[in-house]
Amino acid sequence: MSIDRRRFLTVSAASLSSAVLAACNANPRSAAKLLAFAERRNIGVEEALFRHDAMNHVPAAAALTGNAFPKYFVSKHVPMWDAAQRGAWRLEVSGAVRNPVTLTLEDLQRLPAVTQKVDHFCVEGWNARATWTGVRVSELARLVQPTPDAGYVDFAGFDEGYHESWDLESAMHPQTLVAYGMDGRLLGPGHGAPARVHSPVKLGYKNTKYLTRVVFMPRRNGGYWTDQGYEWYGGT
Amino acid sequence: MGELVKRNHWVVRLTHWVNVVAIVLMAGSGMRIFNAHPAFARPGERFPLNPWEGRPIPAWLTFGSWLGGARHWHFAAMWLLVANAVVYVGFLALHGEWRDVTPRRGDARDTLEMLRFYLFRRKDHPRQGKHNALQRATYFAMPVLGLILVLSGLAIWKPVTLGFITALFVNYKWARVVHFTAMALLIVLSLVHVFMVLSVDPWSLRSMVSGWYDPTRSPEARNARPFLHLFARGRPDADASPEQAAP
Repeated sequence: MSIDRRRFLTVSAASLSSAVLAACNANPRSAAKLLAFAERRNIGVEEALFRHDAMNHVPAAAALTGNAFPKYFVSKHVPMWDAAQRGAWRLEVSGAVRNPVTLTLEDLQRLPAVTQKVDHFCVEGWNARATWTGVRVSELARLVQPTPDAGYVDFAGFDEGYHESWDLESAMHPQTLVAYGMDGRLLGPGHGAPARVHSPVKLGYKNTKYLTRVVFMPRRNGGYWTDQGYEWYGGT
Repeated sequence: MGELVKRNHWVVRLTHWVNVVAIVLMAGSGMRIFNAHPAFARPGERFPLNPWEGRPIPAWLTFGSWLGGARHWHFAAMWLLVANAVVYVGFLALHGEWRDVTPRRGDARDTLEMLRFYLFRRKDHPRQGKHNALQRATYFAMPVLGLILVLSGLAIWKPVTLGFITALFVNYKWARVVHFTAMALLIVLSLVHVFMVLSVDPWSLRSMVSGWYDPTRSPEARNARPFLHLFARGRPDADASPEQAAP
């Protein structure tokens, strides 16, 4: 009996410790494979759950984050569009579309505008609230007529080549804007002036600031943070 | 020695140890995610309910090494946790063993008696079935906390797409508070559980691995309090050998 017990203790200790080792000290390559597999499956789940009528609601009485709204960019200094050197800022909407367009800020502001008070969800875990004014990406799509093979949209800006690609469905969500106004004023340089993507349906890092190009694509092409290992989908 | 009895079905044993792995992965990676912004206040706001607002969790307690990595682990291990929970709860429901781990009439009194026993206010171990009232409360609370964790987790993961779940917790910020608090409670219960297993009934470890249990080693048979009568033997308790009538 005591041998039995000893054997039992040895076996259970051995199997427990190997399980713990497997969990803590997993071969990085097989762990990475497993995690990549899980991410692919999760994208399927997330796309299946996604609905255009599932909207973000912020109570009308809720306080705006205002000046405390974090500003961030990847360049060393606040990216500013230098019109003297680069000419007037323009937004290119192109790619897999029938009718590519290039819009000045005035063109953009003449398009049907939406003003919405929504959450901004950061990947770090905080959320902030602002009122954004801009044009729905779906409105831009109406202008340029994406071809049927366009399943993705890349949003690129002039912040050191920052870009993030989205699934078409999230880009077409009614709360996904190319925003040029924030809290009743024109967008400031710290928040992506002159125009940026803003949507509560994606985490902050998917919302490209300092926007210059909206490119419809048959394939996704990663993104600034996605290429560094954050989830590509990044949906909320 | 007494006759061994099969105490835990293999499904219970398997799901128990898978759960250990899943909870360690989820709690470790969750705390690493939390450390990216170890606060509950929104920017520019305050959150006085958390006395450690802004202070990160010690890195050695976390898993996943960086925010993106920990998120990948968290969103992968969540399926292990949920699938395992479905098997466990489904098994308990189908086999009727849920009765061993759900509160029953008289549990308030029995809980008090167990506490009195552990505090030496009572000499003999209260009569019990498979588990005492404190264990039943714990083993019931754990899956309830798990359910709260899954719901508040969905509320944080998909605050727009699953906004109706987020609304159950008021909003995103409070869902984070609930998610974190439920995690902390689950970890505390788990640590108490491990402490009690090792100090009161280490013999039950065997029943959670091979399934076999020696009823003469039950805490009731040994009149065992933490660290006391660890190696004693006694009369098998009523539940472990039901054919034996109580004296």
